[in-house]
Amino acid sequence: MVNATSSTDFHDSINQTSRFPNGFWAANKNALMTIAIWMIAASVSGLFLWILFDILTQGLPTVTWDFLTKAPRNAGREGGIGPIIISTIFVLGVAIAVSVPVGVGTAILLAEVTQAESVFASFVRRSLDVLAGVPSIVFGLFGNSFFCLYLGLGFSILSGGLTLACMVLPILIRATEEGIRSVPKEYRFGAAALGLSRSATLFRLVLPAAVPGIVVGLVLGIGRALAETAALIFTSGYVDRMPGSVFDSGRVLSVHIFDLSMNVAGGDRHAYGSALVLVMILFSINTIVTWIAHRWLQNRIITT
Amino acid sequence: MFPSNRDAFLSWTIYGCGVFSAAIVVLILGFLIKESAPTLYHLDILRFFTDPSWHPSSSPPEYNLLPLIVATLLTTLGAIVIAAPLGIGSAIFSHFYASRVVGRAYGKVIELLAGIPSVVYGLWGLTVLVPLVSQWQPPGASLFTAIVILSIMILPTIALFAGAAFESLPKEHLQAAEALGLSRSRIVISVVLPASRTGLFTAIILGTGRAVGETMAVLMVAGNVVQTPYSLFQPVRTITANIALEMAYAMGDHRGALFVCGLLLMGIVIVLVSVAEWVSRGRVYG
Repeated sequence: MVNATSSTDFHDSINQTSRFPNGFWAANKNALMTIAIWMIAASVSGLFLWILFDILTQGLPTVTWDFLTKAPRNAGREGGIGPIIISTIFVLGVAIAVSVPVGVGTAILLAEVTQAESVFASFVRRSLDVLAGVPSIVFGLFGNSFFCLYLGLGFSILSGGLTLACMVLPILIRATEEGIRSVPKEYRFGAAALGLSRSATLFRLVLPAAVPGIVVGLVLGIGRALAETAALIFTSGYVDRMPGSVFDSGRVLSVHIFDLSMNVAGGDRHAYGSALVLVMILFSINTIVTWIAHRWLQNRIITT
Repeated sequence: MFPSNRDAFLSWTIYGCGVFSAAIVVLILGFLIKESAPTLYHLDILRFFTDPSWHPSSSPPEYNLLPLIVATLLTTLGAIVIAAPLGIGSAIFSHFYASRVVGRAYGKVIELLAGIPSVVYGLWGLTVLVPLVSQWQPPGASLFTAIVILSIMILPTIALFAGAAFESLPKEHLQAAEALGLSRSRIVISVVLPASRTGLFTAIILGTGRAVGETMAVLMVAGNVVQTPYSLFQPVRTITANIALEMAYAMGDHRGALFVCGLLLMGIVIVLVSVAEWVSRGRVYG
């Protein structure tokens, strides 16, 4: 299928060569462009290495076994991040427990049950597109107003986890839908020919075959949730004690980094230590996703 | 239970999940409106643009949002101007210039850059970039620093989506261009870029959305003084940073005004998503 506009552009631009008859630019255009593109790539890679180098050199001396397990002392300047890691795990746990069933259900709806052009499906899809673009601070406002005040959960791990569940839902749904769609049609034809019910087809055939997609979505969602700060400051709060239950306030890793670097003079060293821990977890998550996606999924999923 | 009953139950559950997922956006909008309505109701809306400044705790309180809006627009615009060429250039590099191995390694770098949390970018900006800029143009924490950090953050988004646009190009275009003996730069400039322009535009729109909504990194490096800047090196405060800074102690109308800020951000995002949708549907290549 050849697009009319792009082929005219194509001819126009061939004719354009005559606009630069003999200049330096015309003669060396190819070489200049190559240099420019390589320079962009070099500077972006350089920047990445610079940031990584700073995090590693300033974070590594801090990260010890004691740092990972002990409680913070003196507003985080001393001690470790033990309770903060536990709070982070609790918040993630709540977010996953809520978002996975709803997300998988919605993905089944979009991929298996409804037609792509049905009004309901396109409404769901449209609102998920908007949801994916909602800034995290707006999730923070919403979580504070709805979960903390309206539902009366207060500043708690539960409020934070539920806010994050709303936030990761679009990512989870998109990846799961992709996974379900990549299950071959023949599976469903075969099941229909054998007279299997719809639910049996779904639970015995389609979902097991779609597990890689679900896992990719889950891991991407965890990555997004771990990186989140703005949505959690006003929902799960600042308290850095060990949480007793999900109704306690708990400070997650990213909020800890923020607090140490902005509000605690002399907290930079431990902020970098926590940042190193967070970045290493996120990089391992990225590796897991890539591995699963390459191994099992034909379709590539963009990881932002 | 008979299979048909189970099917009916399943179908209801699944539709329930769909309704629930779709309802979240409505719920968010609803609660933003609910919290900002009293303020909007008894404060004149014009006050958000004509008050002398943003001093919500002085008496009488002042609620001018314009300096915040201007700061958000300037940081976003600056970030897009820097990150769009670099991001698209990155995608061109890994698809058309680098060898297979180098291209894949570079793609990994971009992915990892995308995965660094904003609070870590903020920490790095605060401890490395701000001192660096302040040696040159004090005080360091400024519109300029915010633009630099934001560009680094949205560059991977633009590069990833631009790469996806290049991947969806018909192979025939490239083969035809090769067969005509066009140079590498000619192929990229005259064939690849025009044919994938809708995808590139979508990439930039998505980058814009990310830049508008970014909170923590900007909050940490922009200096947070409410003012309309007349130089690149003055501190500014964006809409998002304003919410994050004041939400902790805001009461009454002040809190309402912060939810108005949230509503404003939500409006911007809905417009951007609709534009992206409209662009990618209107043409053949997305």
